[in-house]
Amino acid sequence: MSVERTQGQEPFVRIVKRDGAPFKSKVLARALAIVLALVIDAVFIFAVTGLNPLSVYGVMFQGTFANGIRFSWAMRDLVTLLCIGIALAPAFKMRFWNIGAEGQVLVGGLATALVMVACGNTLPTPVLFLVMFVTSILAGAVWGFVPAFFRARWGTNETLFTLMMNYVATSIVACVVNILRGDASSLGKLNMGTQAGWFPAFLGQRYNINILVVAVLTVAMFLYLKYSKHGYEISVVGESENTARYAGINVRWVRVRTMLISGAICGLAGFLIVAGRDQTISTNTAGGQGFTAIIVAWLAKFNTFYMALISFLLVFLSRGAAEIASAYSLNDYASDIITGVILFCILGSEFFINFKMIFRGKSQKEVK
Amino acid sequence: MENAIELRHVTKTFGRVTANRDVSLELKKGEILSLLGENGSGKTTLMNMIAGIYYPDEGEIFVNGRRVEIRSPKDAYNLGIAMIHQHFKLVDVFTALENIALGLDKKEKYDLAAIRKRAGEICEKYRFDLDLNQKVYEMSVSQKQTLEIVKALFRGADILILDEPTAVLTPQETEKLFDVLRNMRKDSKSVVLITHKLHEVLEISNRVAILRKGEYVGTVETKDATESLLTEMMVGQKVELNIHRSQPENPRKRLEIRGLTVYSREGVKVLDDISFDVYSGEILGIAGVSGNGQKELLEAIAGLQGTAENSSITFYGDDAKMQLIGMTPRKIRDAGIHLSFVPEDRLGMGLVGSMGMIDNMMLKSYDSGKSFLADRKGPRELAEKVKEELGVVTPGVNTPVSRLSGGNVQKVLVGREIAADPIVLMTAYAVRGLDIHTSYTIYHLLNEQKEKGVAVIYVGEDLDVLLDLCDRIFVLCGGKGNGMLDGRTATKEQVGLLMTNLKNGGGES
Repeated sequence: MSVERTQGQEPFVRIVKRDGAPFKSKVLARALAIVLALVIDAVFIFAVTGLNPLSVYGVMFQGTFANGIRFSWAMRDLVTLLCIGIALAPAFKMRFWNIGAEGQVLVGGLATALVMVACGNTLPTPVLFLVMFVTSILAGAVWGFVPAFFRARWGTNETLFTLMMNYVATSIVACVVNILRGDASSLGKLNMGTQAGWFPAFLGQRYNINILVVAVLTVAMFLYLKYSKHGYEISVVGESENTARYAGINVRWVRVRTMLISGAICGLAGFLIVAGRDQTISTNTAGGQGFTAIIVAWLAKFNTFYMALISFLLVFLSRGAAEIASAYSLNDYASDIITGVILFCILGSEFFINFKMIFRGKSQKEVK
Repeated sequence: MENAIELRHVTKTFGRVTANRDVSLELKKGEILSLLGENGSGKTTLMNMIAGIYYPDEGEIFVNGRRVEIRSPKDAYNLGIAMIHQHFKLVDVFTALENIALGLDKKEKYDLAAIRKRAGEICEKYRFDLDLNQKVYEMSVSQKQTLEIVKALFRGADILILDEPTAVLTPQETEKLFDVLRNMRKDSKSVVLITHKLHEVLEISNRVAILRKGEYVGTVETKDATESLLTEMMVGQKVELNIHRSQPENPRKRLEIRGLTVYSREGVKVLDDISFDVYSGEILGIAGVSGNGQKELLEAIAGLQGTAENSSITFYGDDAKMQLIGMTPRKIRDAGIHLSFVPEDRLGMGLVGSMGMIDNMMLKSYDSGKSFLADRKGPRELAEKVKEELGVVTPGVNTPVSRLSGGNVQKVLVGREIAADPIVLMTAYAVRGLDIHTSYTIYHLLNEQKEKGVAVIYVGEDLDVLLDLCDRIFVLCGGKGNGMLDGRTATKEQVGLLMTNLKNGGGES
């Protein structure tokens, strides 16, 4: 029996879970995190580039707020990301790991593009939009349905399945683009001459239709998850499959139904992107937003209004980073580090909101 | 006599919860000390600090008269302290001997023959009944527990802490364990027995230390203690420890179970040809060592468990009968059969932990009505009513139920199931982990339902309660029905024997 080991001091630091911090201190912790991030960034900027940190921050701010057009671009990006986040919220709330938003958005966009090409010059405008709308939703829903059905029927792993469906979608889009472009070097905007199937300017702004649709969706999804019977079922299934079965919920059907909805809204996002933003289709139409939206949905704990805030933060940071990079002709990595530090600090503050640390020697006072 | 362990002013908090406040107590050499207290009174936390799992916020620990810092289980082992937890820490695919060898110091040679010899000596000395060549996954719970104790002694433990060791044992196994503990006491080892069972405390310990709500209440010599004195110290007030049992009034057959057989997902027969009847106006107890098919039995009745061919569960309504096999919970509900079920896994099956009382009240009724939106008005009223009538302690009806204490969680669950106006009410381990007060509240509620003419099924583990509460007791053993006893005339030994020995030519003995 060695005695020395036990004569040591108490551990240097112990981590203790907090019991629900008050609202004020939560806000304070996050504000401090942002200040800390700005300070770290300032040191980084000055040490590496020798630039004045304040003017760099100013440029960063300009990325979103320089003028009306910049701002409307930022809003456009925000609603695109938010729309996909809204689509993912019910799936993730149900703990169904839908990492296939990329593919679901792509096939929605593809359906839109195909309708634009095939019927753009024959159908009257309202009917054309209706057909684009419906086909994009159907396409996305099918892409969501397949993995859900396989999970329900054969217990396949939805994470791998949804992920692989992305590559299928990408390949199909690549193939269709090749066919559509014919001999041209790239596809270019669809229906360039007639602008058939392009969202018109609404209330004087090009992207207002996108914004309006997503705003409606934000409210609708919030209500759906919180107040509808479906939303209740989603919560129960997500919490515990056993409880759901005990409650008499048809777990398989709820999974399939929710993935139909999730995929459909992703498809709709594809429709908004193609008809309202790009007016064309490519393998980059979803542009990784299907993955970023997962972060948006989780950080907001599936509250669609918080999701809007987080989408704004992400868009603001990425536009700011791009602006810095071009204004100072910096390497992309430098601006990525700057925004990365800010994200890191904000996420890191969550730790301090949920836990506290007790250092050696402090314990006697801390507990009281 | 010298103290093996002495605690001085020990305090431990978790967030806002104080698990132990200013506890001072001592364990003498060569004694069995019972640490008595209700669930949540901080017994296990206190002992975990001695075993090096938690570190105290305040206070000092002395071992053999010397002040020590115990930062890890390893430190505790070096001081000769071993704790046997409720969940065993053994490697399933290893034999008993190999598990014992796992406890060797790095410096020691891995010499199985020598280990076998030493372990054999320990078994002989204290009269342990242990086959060193048996694999852990083939062992019963009681054998695993024996192995844990041998392992601890092998590593040179002088101070042994047992966390509710009898919770999983039959009366016969408990007796065996106590014999071993007495042998250890003779060898001047010190034992702490964490428990809330009064008769065990009186039977085996030298002294009893009592905790209440994290605070030390006092220590009494066992020879001066009585059940009512200990209860009073434990609860803080006098408690009436009687269960009133009325004669069943005009019982009617409600369930007829015939040839019920269930296979587990791995293809093992967990229920084998079970047949019995359930009557209204009576409480039918189901006894058995846990894991002998109780869960599957209740889930099969509730429509949550696939059954083998030729199984039959017939429900007898007031004028019609119906076959329940093949029906989902929703179909049973839609057929107007009020089947209430308080499952063993409260937060994993009966309730949604992250939801508040209101949302949990609507778990089984959320889809009533044609509206697309869920109605929360009715559930809110029900939640308020349950909170009021059963005295649920919660900050609010919207607070997630996982934040409530075990007793309050169970009140929410039982409250909802009783509010559903049941014809058959099934409960699995309804009082597990609850304090004495809440337990008696639950017994009372079940009796009330029985008197209202509900057919109550009570799966229990405390034989004393089963014998006091139930009109008939059905005993399960190895997934087979092993007899139906009259609750008024059966004895504990009778039930205990049926729980472990199959009557009709069963292979186990």
